[in-house]
Amino acid sequence: MAALTEITVWQALESVKDPEIPVVSVVEMGIVRDVTVDGDRVSVKMTPTFSGCPALDVMREQIAACVRDLGAAEVTVETVLSPPWTTDWLSDETRARLKAFGLSPPARHCGNVAITFYEPAPCPYCDSADTVLKNSFGPTLCRAIYYCRACQQPFEQFKAL
Amino acid sequence: MPATPEKVVAPIVLAMADDELILGHRNSEWTGHAPILEEDIAFANIALDELGHARLWYDLHSTLTDTSPDTLVFFRPAGDYRNVRLVELPRGDWAFTMLRQYLFDAFELVRGEQLLESTYRPLAEIAARILPEERYHYRHTETWVRRLGLGTAESHSRTQLALDVLWPYAAQLFGPWPAGDKPSLAGIVPGLAHLRERWEALVLPFLADAGLKIPTLELATAEGRDVHTTHLAPLLQEMQEVARLDPEATW
Repeated sequence: MAALTEITVWQALESVKDPEIPVVSVVEMGIVRDVTVDGDRVSVKMTPTFSGCPALDVMREQIAACVRDLGAAEVTVETVLSPPWTTDWLSDETRARLKAFGLSPPARHCGNVAITFYEPAPCPYCDSADTVLKNSFGPTLCRAIYYCRACQQPFEQFKAL
Repeated sequence: MPATPEKVVAPIVLAMADDELILGHRNSEWTGHAPILEEDIAFANIALDELGHARLWYDLHSTLTDTSPDTLVFFRPAGDYRNVRLVELPRGDWAFTMLRQYLFDAFELVRGEQLLESTYRPLAEIAARILPEERYHYRHTETWVRRLGLGTAESHSRTQLALDVLWPYAAQLFGPWPAGDKPSLAGIVPGLAHLRERWEALVLPFLADAGLKIPTLELATAEGRDVHTTHLAPLLQEMQEVARLDPEATW
């Protein structure tokens, strides 16, 4: 088994996906904040996305299992709240993957999520901005429901946070 | 010797957690019963958000007192809960539910903004996590209250009635903190008079715009958070039933 280093842990965690958005890893999401390795002891810091998200516990367990599979004898997964998780951290590459998955990516807001409330969510299928918000709450805490007037298709948006 | 922040903060954190838990639980009663499908989805989300906020506060509380969130939630009798009476009232009709949620969202919003400045860091960190979610809530309930207040004669009269009933209960949000108004709280939690001023600056003009008349009745907030209506015990009985059947169970 390869030596346990911070780099190998970060790389392995790329395989842990957000269960509600299985195309994006917990690393890309910015949920994993820090990894420290001390011999065969590994400590991972993670941060909650939406605070009531039921997937958080699943992700915490999957992160711990993933690190144990690397050969760590002791794994602690600690929750940190600061800095608060924001969709602004999602890279362009991650946003492209969300779109390919059928989710309109969140608008950037630099700290005040309210400024995104009046921005049109582009349709992930036809790219039209002629869309209308149907419900700012959706099937999961992180999604809103829109309708595209151009291609007449309902779609979901990954909400800005 | 002045008390450490942990000592004075713990009962306040518990009160904040209890408010969110009980409101979240009440809101969840609408799941499957909301007036339209979209609203069923939206309000289930809001209920879950409040439970998420409760969990953040309970988690912080458990680091201060060594009491697990599950013990607090599932094994405390009504008399040990420290939520305001506003959140335990039965859900009523849709106007009552939306108006209560609006009044609480406005409170959570202004309190959160103030807590960002807290000298006790864990409070500021939780506030920063909660605030963006609250902005979604506020936008949603504000829209509903405006719609109900300015809608039909029936929606208006039901909303006005809800306001008349809820207004005195809302005053308890600004009753003394469970720890008392100690000088040692300065800088840690916002002053209640200031909080109330900010809340009124937000809520009063909005309610007037929504065509509603502010009740003149003011509740004496002498009774503290240890006093509850008869509605809390049945709520807890239902919520705690499964956990109490087998206290040793893990899930």
